[in-house]
Amino acid sequence: MGMTMSQKILAYHAGLPAVKAGQLIDAELDMVLGNDITSPVAVKEFEKAGFSCIRCPAKVSMVMDHFTPNKDIKAAEQVKTVRNFANKYGVDNFFDVGRMGIEHALLPEQGLVGAGDLVIGADSHTCTYGALGAFSTGVGSTDMAAGMMSGKCWFKVPSAIKFVLKNKPAKYICGKDVILHIIGMIGVDGALYKSMEFVGDGIQYLSIDDRFTICNMAIEAGAKNGIFPVDDVTREYLSGRFKREIRVFEADPDAEYERVIEVDMSKLKPTVAFPHLPENTRTPEEWGDVKIDQVVIGSCTNGHISDLRIAADILRGKHVAKGVRCIVIPATNTIWKQAMHEGLFDVFIDAGAVVSTPTCGPCLGGHMGILAAGERAVATTNRNFVGRMGHVDSEVYLASPYVAAASAIAGKIATPDEV
Amino acid sequence: MTVKGTVFRYKSDVDTDVIIPARYLNTTSEAELASHCMEDIDKDFVKKVKKGDIIVAEDNFGCGSSREHAPIAIKASGISLVIANSFARIFYRNAINIGLPILECPEAVKNIKAGDVVSCDLSKGEIVNETTGQKFQAEPFPPFIQNIIDKGGLIASIKAAQ
Repeated sequence: MGMTMSQKILAYHAGLPAVKAGQLIDAELDMVLGNDITSPVAVKEFEKAGFSCIRCPAKVSMVMDHFTPNKDIKAAEQVKTVRNFANKYGVDNFFDVGRMGIEHALLPEQGLVGAGDLVIGADSHTCTYGALGAFSTGVGSTDMAAGMMSGKCWFKVPSAIKFVLKNKPAKYICGKDVILHIIGMIGVDGALYKSMEFVGDGIQYLSIDDRFTICNMAIEAGAKNGIFPVDDVTREYLSGRFKREIRVFEADPDAEYERVIEVDMSKLKPTVAFPHLPENTRTPEEWGDVKIDQVVIGSCTNGHISDLRIAADILRGKHVAKGVRCIVIPATNTIWKQAMHEGLFDVFIDAGAVVSTPTCGPCLGGHMGILAAGERAVATTNRNFVGRMGHVDSEVYLASPYVAAASAIAGKIATPDEV
Repeated sequence: MTVKGTVFRYKSDVDTDVIIPARYLNTTSEAELASHCMEDIDKDFVKKVKKGDIIVAEDNFGCGSSREHAPIAIKASGISLVIANSFARIFYRNAINIGLPILECPEAVKNIKAGDVVSCDLSKGEIVNETTGQKFQAEPFPPFIQNIIDKGGLIASIKAAQ
């Protein structure tokens, strides 16, 4: 029986000729990631266990992104704990304000993860790097501590669902609509414990940023990882950025998939996930008149330069509706600078939006845009659980940067055609 | 080891944001995390929960974030066992790694109500609804994972192997 892309990467890192779904393996890691929320727990476990060193400090990254710039004294103390740990154990990939960005945009940008890698991160959206042809998955802080100490992690080899993405996406359709459509179809546990492998003639039309968005939200379908094959788009992105050798793993022709699902991207409509689960997806004819109080354009899902360009194209020469707060959050310092040089900030600010420093911030209800009771936000983020962006009685609607920007102008959930 | 307690009952897709909201993640204090456990889905949980009590839920328990604070908060609140039809995979790993007992048993989920008193022999996976007298057998863990549980969590099992 052949292997999937994901299974091949796992077999390679476990030093085995082949693996099969359900098999338990111990595998060598290329990168172990933590953030300012999960690293402190990992540090506590690491030190409690009495571990004396990190096996390979160059294979550890700690990104202070969730509550930074530190939102309060407790958050500052947590970052201080991690900073001291990084200094003590020689973790050079420690990213704080000034160097930092949202972890899942920053690691690829800095060339720290790439094709063929095996990556674990104490953050559920670590699955993002599958866009680069890596096997990448979220774990908890104890797994992070063990991974730092041993350089290894145990895995149960996943089975897989194959998504065949066909044709060129329709107008105003981007990676966000593709993944929301898929989650709406299979549900928030539709890929539980499984790999989501994205292939098909349509992937040539998906930019690397679209692929990051799609793999980023694989976890919202319960998946262990999402992954794209390596092609010219991947190679162009990694070129000059990723310092290690690119390792390409292709699925065998007889690889076993539990399901094969075709998605015709030319037929997709702008898709919004209504409260309180990412699977509650609706297309424009089902939206109704949903008045909003806030728009957030950013996050590890949609804070890339192409997302900001989309938002700016919609907002150019227009104005955010009265009573709506529109917050734009470039995902990294590099993206921030690029957006500034391209004049996108002029567009945002002239439209009545505000531009924030890179941070996860409001996505998880941390800071920089918290909702009051009864308020509604359209966000390009990844989760709309109860209380996710603030008060337990607030609501989050997940959308693409096209729909988010159009909604900011309309003051209600809207498509670009309506503004 | 046998645990026994009163059941708190929840539906499907209980996510980590309701188990422990992100606004409280600026601490690693187990007691402080426990004091906010489940508050966005069940305000009374913290007031009512007693040491040994048991959570029973439907599908995909613990979906969402990788925050280990979620199983830590549940464990520190006094909960001795979570029974569900299925668990989200990161929560599953985290619970095993920190030593929060979890069991998959759809039959038990179907036949246990809020407020029932349930006991369980964790080593055998035998669940008894003491209120109704019904017995259920949970799925056994693979030996590899049972070893982590027996050693008291991932770090302890790594140290034992060294």
